[in-house]
Amino acid sequence: MREITYRQALNEALDEELARDSGVFLLGEDIAIYGGAYGVTVGLWEKYGDERVMDAPISEPAITGVGLGASLLGLKPVVEIMYIDFIGLCMEQLNNQVAKIRYMFGGKCTVPFTLRTEGGAGRTLGAHHSQSLESWLMHVPGLKVVMPATPYDAKGLLKSSIRENNPIVFIEHKMLYNTKGPVPEGEYTVPLEKAEVKRTGKDVTILSYSRMLLFSLEAANALAKEGIDAEVIDLKTLAPLDRETISASVRKTNRVVIVEEDCKTGGAGAEIGMVVMEDSFDYLDAPPHRIAGADVPMPKSPVLEKLAIPSVETIIAGVKEVVV
Amino acid sequence: MKTMSSGEAKKLLKTMMEIRQFEDAIMDLLGKNIAEGGSHLYAGMEAVATGVMSALAPTDLITSTHRGHGHAVAKDGDLKALMAEILGKKTGVCKGKGGSLHLADLDKGNLGANGIVAGGIGIATGAALALKKINDGRIVVCFFGDGAINSGILHECMNMASLWKLPIIYLCENNMYGMSVSVSRATCVDCIEKRALAYDMPAETIDGMDLLAVATSLSSWVEKVRKGEGPCFLVCDTYRYYGHSRSDPRAYRTKEEEKAWKERDPITLFSRHCVEKKVLREEEVNEIEKEVAKEIQEAVEYAIASPYPEPEELYTDLYA
Repeated sequence: MREITYRQALNEALDEELARDSGVFLLGEDIAIYGGAYGVTVGLWEKYGDERVMDAPISEPAITGVGLGASLLGLKPVVEIMYIDFIGLCMEQLNNQVAKIRYMFGGKCTVPFTLRTEGGAGRTLGAHHSQSLESWLMHVPGLKVVMPATPYDAKGLLKSSIRENNPIVFIEHKMLYNTKGPVPEGEYTVPLEKAEVKRTGKDVTILSYSRMLLFSLEAANALAKEGIDAEVIDLKTLAPLDRETISASVRKTNRVVIVEEDCKTGGAGAEIGMVVMEDSFDYLDAPPHRIAGADVPMPKSPVLEKLAIPSVETIIAGVKEVVV
Repeated sequence: MKTMSSGEAKKLLKTMMEIRQFEDAIMDLLGKNIAEGGSHLYAGMEAVATGVMSALAPTDLITSTHRGHGHAVAKDGDLKALMAEILGKKTGVCKGKGGSLHLADLDKGNLGANGIVAGGIGIATGAALALKKINDGRIVVCFFGDGAINSGILHECMNMASLWKLPIIYLCENNMYGMSVSVSRATCVDCIEKRALAYDMPAETIDGMDLLAVATSLSSWVEKVRKGEGPCFLVCDTYRYYGHSRSDPRAYRTKEEEKAWKERDPITLFSRHCVEKKVLREEEVNEIEKEVAKEIQEAVEYAIASPYPEPEELYTDLYA
């Protein structure tokens, strides 16, 4: 199978959905002529024009609200918020309007709205361009939070998200755009709300997503050499969580480690860990263990930045603490 | 509005009376603790919603505000379903999940009230963007109060709408107070209309107590917007008779001020006009009032008698 980058995979998903459905349009800052801050929309403006690929003023709340309004009339906006760090500007619209409008109106509307953004550390951009804020969004009923780790899933999940009649927050990772992986030529989608066992194992379950999934797989391979057989699960959709896949694995391995890049306190892992406790407490031989980002604003220094998020080494060490 | 038939006059007067009596009925229900929760009443402002809606086609769209009952009634809302919604009943227009702050009537083109000041402006602007793409001649009226004019999203959206020539009317209902703070204590410009200058948008200030002034002005603006001339910014000066909400003692305004506004009551002004111009007879005005009283009474009885949603409704309608 051909290999393409995560960036190209996303670009193909947008291209294919723009071609497939005339209701799909893109709206975001620097996405047209420039092709997106991370190049995800390169070439689409040339192909589809101003009507379908719209440069927006730097007005994140309005971009979010305008996307919502258009979706209520049956269009399928894909809005881009350049960095998830800017999502605070959008939260009134996302939390109060986008997520709640269908419920508040008694189910009398659908919201085929996709918000693409990217997050994560790794480029030494400091505290305003490196955050992982997925837990804020997981807390809002009505949103679905999707975080692909591989080019294959990036394309398949984005296509599913655009076709979904519910609001999606689709969070890419800036350090994954250049990663390559197999992506078939033809049409396919990847289902939302489904986790995937990426590596089978019997000693411990590692639950992860986005860039930390790649770190977890690397750690699992290293651990295998030391006789620890880890099962690694890519959660892919953080809200709603695929509790069945999580339970099935945890009940087999009886130990669980959650690897997340976001700050530990109130982070995604807090929810995931509690889900494990609720569903599989009697099967656990050890408390769920979190390997998470430090509870600090992301520092600029490359040395400190690396220390602020999990690494393959800290994952290996963390798993060993649980598997004794 | 140059010449008005008796039928048209009756319809407009009836809508204003429906709004007034609807709100008076809710005030009564709040006092009796039959209506729970907050309610921001539209009484006094009837000429604005009624006049604006008279200029729109039924298929045109609006977004409303926290003070939105008047918009919902004037946009051809079903009085029973609206009243039931305000009481949180299963038969409500949003199945009892929205309430006063989230009254929406999508079948009638009402994209919803909003619990957040300025919260619906993005929705309205997005709907206008969609209509421009769909290009079927419909337009959007985005209602908001003077309290919203200093919110960022209004400015962001007005910029976009003007930039993209969207079919939308930004309609500020200036009832002089954002909760308790008067426009002059909250806003640096002496005249709200000036805000439109920054977005290269035509603007007009309208006497919002005068139904004919609102209806006449809106007819001409609606025509321009429908023709694709781009958005406009209209300010209707008006007054809310009740406080911001039920708990408001109205210490920030004087009895004299309230009296002066009530002397220009929109329903009285329009009734008097119709009688003077011999469009309606005094008895006809009184008949409409009685007819509306009966309708409102029926709506209240319907809402009170309606069941609450079933417990299993808690988790429905979250996702499509």
